[in-house]
Amino acid sequence: MSQTTPGTQAADTPTAAPKRFAGMAGGARQYGIVAALVVIVLFFQVVTGGRLLQPNNVTSLIQQNAYVLILSVGMLMIIVAGHIDLSVGSIVAAVGGVIGILLVDYSLNPWLVVIIAFAVGALIGAWQGFWVAFVGIPAFIVTLAGMLIFRGVALVLVGYTRAGFPPQFLDISNAGLAGLTGFVGNLDAITLTAGIVAIAGFLLISLRSRRLNTRHGAAAEPLLLFIARVAIISLLLAVITYWIALSALGLPFVLIIVGVVVVAYAWLMGNTVFGRNIYAMGGNLSAAKLSGVDTRKMNFYLFVNMGLLCGLTAIIVTSRAGAALAAAGQNYELDAIAACFIGGAAVTGGVGRIFGAIVGALVMGVLNMGLSILGVDPSWQFIIKGMVLLAAVAFDLVSKMRSGQR
Amino acid sequence: MTDIDSPSGSPAGPILEMRDIVKKFGVVTALGGVSMAVEPGEIHAICGENGAGKSTLMNVLSGLYPVGSYDGEIWYEGELMGFKTLRDSETRGIVIIHQELALSPHLSIAENIYLGNERSHRGVIDWRATRAGAAELLQRVGLRENPNTRVSELGVGKQQLVEIAKALSKDVRLLILDEPTAALNDDDSAHLLGLMRMLKREGVTQIIISHKLNEIMAIADSLTVIRDGTVVETVAMNGTEPVTEERIIRGMVGRSLDHRFPPRSPHIGEELFRLEDWTVHHPTDPGRVIVDRASLSVREGEVVGIAGLMGAGRTELAMSLFGRQYGTGVSGHAYKRGVEIFPRTVRRAIRDGIAYVSEDRKKFGLNLIGEIRHNVTAAALGKVSRRGVLDKGLETKVAQDYREQLRIRTSSVQSPVSQLSGGNQQKVSLSKWMFSDPDVLILDEPTRGIDVGAKFEIYTIINALAAQGRGVIVISSELPELLGLCDRIYTLSQGRITGEQNRAEATQESLMRLMTMERTSA
Repeated sequence: MSQTTPGTQAADTPTAAPKRFAGMAGGARQYGIVAALVVIVLFFQVVTGGRLLQPNNVTSLIQQNAYVLILSVGMLMIIVAGHIDLSVGSIVAAVGGVIGILLVDYSLNPWLVVIIAFAVGALIGAWQGFWVAFVGIPAFIVTLAGMLIFRGVALVLVGYTRAGFPPQFLDISNAGLAGLTGFVGNLDAITLTAGIVAIAGFLLISLRSRRLNTRHGAAAEPLLLFIARVAIISLLLAVITYWIALSALGLPFVLIIVGVVVVAYAWLMGNTVFGRNIYAMGGNLSAAKLSGVDTRKMNFYLFVNMGLLCGLTAIIVTSRAGAALAAAGQNYELDAIAACFIGGAAVTGGVGRIFGAIVGALVMGVLNMGLSILGVDPSWQFIIKGMVLLAAVAFDLVSKMRSGQR
Repeated sequence: MTDIDSPSGSPAGPILEMRDIVKKFGVVTALGGVSMAVEPGEIHAICGENGAGKSTLMNVLSGLYPVGSYDGEIWYEGELMGFKTLRDSETRGIVIIHQELALSPHLSIAENIYLGNERSHRGVIDWRATRAGAAELLQRVGLRENPNTRVSELGVGKQQLVEIAKALSKDVRLLILDEPTAALNDDDSAHLLGLMRMLKREGVTQIIISHKLNEIMAIADSLTVIRDGTVVETVAMNGTEPVTEERIIRGMVGRSLDHRFPPRSPHIGEELFRLEDWTVHHPTDPGRVIVDRASLSVREGEVVGIAGLMGAGRTELAMSLFGRQYGTGVSGHAYKRGVEIFPRTVRRAIRDGIAYVSEDRKKFGLNLIGEIRHNVTAAALGKVSRRGVLDKGLETKVAQDYREQLRIRTSSVQSPVSQLSGGNQQKVSLSKWMFSDPDVLILDEPTRGIDVGAKFEIYTIINALAAQGRGVIVISSELPELLGLCDRIYTLSQGRITGEQNRAEATQESLMRLMTMERTSA
């Protein structure tokens, strides 16, 4: 097989591919995912007779799917680095078990339990990171083992289901900020404020990065496209704010947590040396090593980080369910992996963005929610989600092939 | 089916004629109306700069770009062809051997030869016929190996021969070799050229794409020079007009390259770097000594060459020095400005002011799917970040400065490196290490697989680096390159430094003698 892609030769000529194409290629894919999400949302909005986007459903969509959103952030980093993690569902169950026992059997302070949950998650991550980074066992195998081990640990810990948590702990995933600072009409004031801050922040960041790009003569996206993109995302944020402000719950705590995680990690991946080194490792491991990247340390911390996020997910999931179950977190790894690939991550590593993974996670979330509202049988839900994953990646490949052949 | 005995439709006409081939990628024209003819039984060379369109032309011919994706006609053995896949062209006896070999490393020689073309009855492989056929083919190509040997155990040169044996198993009538000797040492190259002559006597028409002009001069019957997607000229090598290397180069680059090496007046200062008794053992077979008590030194502003055949330990020497990226049991001392340094990790090596530009930029040098600007800063992210946070504006500016300074031909530093031609990729690789601001640069085969024009530019960069007072070590298997570039040249043979010659006293012959010096039996 020849690895030469037609595109390579195109740019070999002195009259290399014009800017428009170079700039569009990456962007078109992102627009594609967002468009797919919008289509899926509209589809369910119509077939559920408008029930999908009822204010209260929007907040519970977020509460129920916070786990995919958070896990796919960590999973994306792992996938970009060229690994995979099959163990996250089991880790969530195991940490959830620890939480349940500490809260119910030992009646510990919920805040202390939250801290311990993070610590246990990080510790499990360190265990896996050790085998991947310092022993050199492929992550697929280490985490496959981890999937079995920590599911077993969860079963051992949670012999019987622990329930009856203190209300403070339950509030994490079930409460919101409605009415904290009063209402504007029937809209929650604090949600509106948060929404306006989010939109303003988004506009500022977009404008700033565009200005930076043009100042350095880098290929900026065409102005119209830029305006359209920014306008659409701002509008979406506004609509979501409106719905949440209308909901009984107001701004859910979980949304704040998810928002902070997403923004922080998007920044980490895009703007720090740590993030850059993850892309470098996934793009070409040998070249990264020869550029002075301490790949073992990076791999270790990637898994510690994944463990931390699993700890956070365990807190949210246990709080949401109000109980610690041995069977918690089943298939979470698959949802998170699917979200990353729907969001444009490459199986071979080196490619993928937090934004894409989040959109992918939302696709999975909307599917979960919409199909549940419709009362679709869970077995069919699996089939549909599998098909969507396949279709998303196939679409991606075909469009890439077409743009290559032109 | 054509008659095998008289392969060309009419004995007088060309076996292959390509007429007005136009191939576009989007708005970019890769081939702008190429016409060329190949006579039956000849060796036809194609040369041109990287990006001139040679590989595109061969991909059109072999059906990798299917009929309809290009304009123009391909006439082969007197018929108009319309290949849709590689297989279509192979059934007509056209086989292309790519620069990057396409063998399956864990299969045996025999299995590789018949891969996709298995000797079988109703889907069950006939191992006896496979091995016997393979043995016969190996004999034809002059490779003395057991057909059951795994391909991964063979060197590049032998793998190349397996590829040719594979082509012969398909009753090849037109063999296309894309840079066949780029990765071979002189012995293997000579053997391959001999094999090509033998195939010619057997009536196999061959097209060879090569950057090595001396090879073309030695073996080709005719030559087509391509520049910017069009044919500059096709000449008969033994015609009335003598064809000189200068003339070929002029055709390729569109200008006369009177001097293949830029002029330079060295200003050599104090000793910058010294290596003493450097010994390296094989990573999996610690009993084997790969580098044996090597000592060398570089002064400020000096360009020092290391000449050695493949397997002499050149890359191993460099990589073991650069953060112990090769070998076990590394011993010896390294000094910078007289102070001993311990570059045990890549990070420390970089901090000690050492840079290593790998010979294999695709495998070890660059993140091909990464943006150009990200590659440029990859080895010195600390210079474009504060407390771990990147200054992306500064990063872009740095990349753009290098684009201008080294004349990297790209519309945007945000393009992925994979879109660049070999020469421009090499410039990105150099930028990356120039940005790490090293005192000593080790350049391992800095001009491998890049065209004459880009080579000149790389030489200019090397001179500029030396002029800034840095020490440059150039590892190369091209002796003219070392002679044209270096102030001093060390020779390496079987892991030992066998000699050291100044520019004035060194000749290709004297270096080759030292490079092939056997280890004394004592």
